[in-house]
Amino acid sequence: MSYIPHTDSDRAAMLAEMGAEDIGDLFLDVPESVRYPELKLPLPLSEMEILGELRSMSEENADLDHHACFLGAGAYNHFVPSVVGHIIGRSEFYTAYTPYQPEISQGTLQAIFEYQSMVCALTGMDAANASHYDGATSLAEAAIMAVNVSRGKRRKIIVSPTVHPEYRATLRTYTPGSDLAVTGDEEPTSNLQPDGDTACLIIQQPDFFGQLAEASELKQLAEAVHAAGALLIVNTDPISLGLFTPPGEYGADIVVGEGQPLGNPLNFGGPYLGLLACREKCMRKMPGRLVGETVDTEGRRGFVLTLAAREQHIRRERATSNICTNQALCALAAGAYLAAMGKSGLRQVAKLCYHKAHYAATQIAAIPGFDLVGDKPFFKEFVVRCPKPPSEINDALLEQGIIGGYDLGQDYPHLENHMLLCVTEMNTRTEIDCLVEALEEVTHD
Amino acid sequence: MKIDKNCRYMKTHEWVRVVGDLATAGITDYAQSQLSDVVYVELPEVGDAFDKGEVFAVVESAKTAADVYMPISGKITEVNEALSSPQLVNDDPFGEGWFVQFTPSDLSELDALLTPQEYQEHVAQEEGGH
Repeated sequence: MSYIPHTDSDRAAMLAEMGAEDIGDLFLDVPESVRYPELKLPLPLSEMEILGELRSMSEENADLDHHACFLGAGAYNHFVPSVVGHIIGRSEFYTAYTPYQPEISQGTLQAIFEYQSMVCALTGMDAANASHYDGATSLAEAAIMAVNVSRGKRRKIIVSPTVHPEYRATLRTYTPGSDLAVTGDEEPTSNLQPDGDTACLIIQQPDFFGQLAEASELKQLAEAVHAAGALLIVNTDPISLGLFTPPGEYGADIVVGEGQPLGNPLNFGGPYLGLLACREKCMRKMPGRLVGETVDTEGRRGFVLTLAAREQHIRRERATSNICTNQALCALAAGAYLAAMGKSGLRQVAKLCYHKAHYAATQIAAIPGFDLVGDKPFFKEFVVRCPKPPSEINDALLEQGIIGGYDLGQDYPHLENHMLLCVTEMNTRTEIDCLVEALEEVTHD
Repeated sequence: MKIDKNCRYMKTHEWVRVVGDLATAGITDYAQSQLSDVVYVELPEVGDAFDKGEVFAVVESAKTAADVYMPISGKITEVNEALSSPQLVNDDPFGEGWFVQFTPSDLSELDALLTPQEYQEHVAQEEGGH
């Protein structure tokens, strides 16, 4: 379809209809002093000059080509195989949107279907949608979904204090204006016991501090939650599922997570990808879009938007979700990543993260003044108690080309001078040794 | 279009049939034909009470999702579990495709509903408007 601009006669006809002489008349309500302000812009530059200027500005960023990164806390530096960029860059795929006449785009629907299938396999759930903005909005949508599964009768959402602080803050932006109560995370060790008014309990595995609960312990928790008639929502790191028990196996009803680690770069914080998968019994309350596999009238395999009726464009006055669009391109990247890695590749990534993180933790714990905190197994993140404020340590590290850890004191007052460090397959042994050396120096200053 | 002479109707295409102390409700033949293939019916729970005009169910078809309104006030005594095969709504809207049974709280509310004759005229009018 070609783009057809308005012609002069179109404009004249429209102005005549409105009783205006020229376009300027339409702006008469804007005070004259601000109607056409004089912008004090620098003189124009040539394309060559402007590219040079922009490049020198971008080089001031601490990017990951020139820094070793030990910062995680929800956004993770994992390797992205080249094939991911090649696939999502194809013009047939290169859009952030699910098409509005979806069935004509069978390739896009098939890609989404495969993404959903892999998310189900990874989490141990029956159905996955495609998709949400990020992990935080997935978690909030899952909580609202749990309330809807109870037909709105259960009004309490219990959230563990070890769920990502920003996710909990996001959840709280969804509840004002309703009489939903979000509770459980007021104190570091709050009561997470569900009762008859509880719609769901939300936990994180591995938790925000990187720690893993035993699957048997989580199974008991799931049983207690189900005995109270509530749902268990688990927020997880998809990479960890390459190595550890999928939430479906210990009784989760809805699994959410940040999908960025799956083939999406850090991108200065976005766009990211919200994973959401659930058991079949909750499927009808799942927000967003779901692609299904079917056959056409001639028996050939095809794909359709199965749960589009839940979308806002049909029953918008009774919509239960904020999701109007999705992250189709990021989901495609996640699908391409999972397909490229395969089961053994993902397991290898997870193993590398695990072993490198444990090597780093052991080395750091041996530095006088630094202690490893936490008594549970951990995956790729761990907490260290530091002899100095983490902000000071991080400044010193940055001078040596190292991006340090997350300062936990900003979210957890009792964890002042504690740092959350992250190690992935991207961190070389040399980088880890440099970090340890730099931390040793910090204590001597 | 089928019309059940023993029912009263809402302009929004629900029917209600009262036998003794018990009422049964569903959607009309015209409604199911407009929705096309019904893929899911979300029913209330036994014991739920609704005022007339309140949404008590949602019917989803391949084309759309629509709210279903309570024709007269009452308390649900039974829901049609057989609608896990939603095709029943298309096949037999006044029979096997019923939605709920309930105890009406005020039978005089029936008087405000359309008679089969009036409903037929209402549909003809809606059709004409298209």
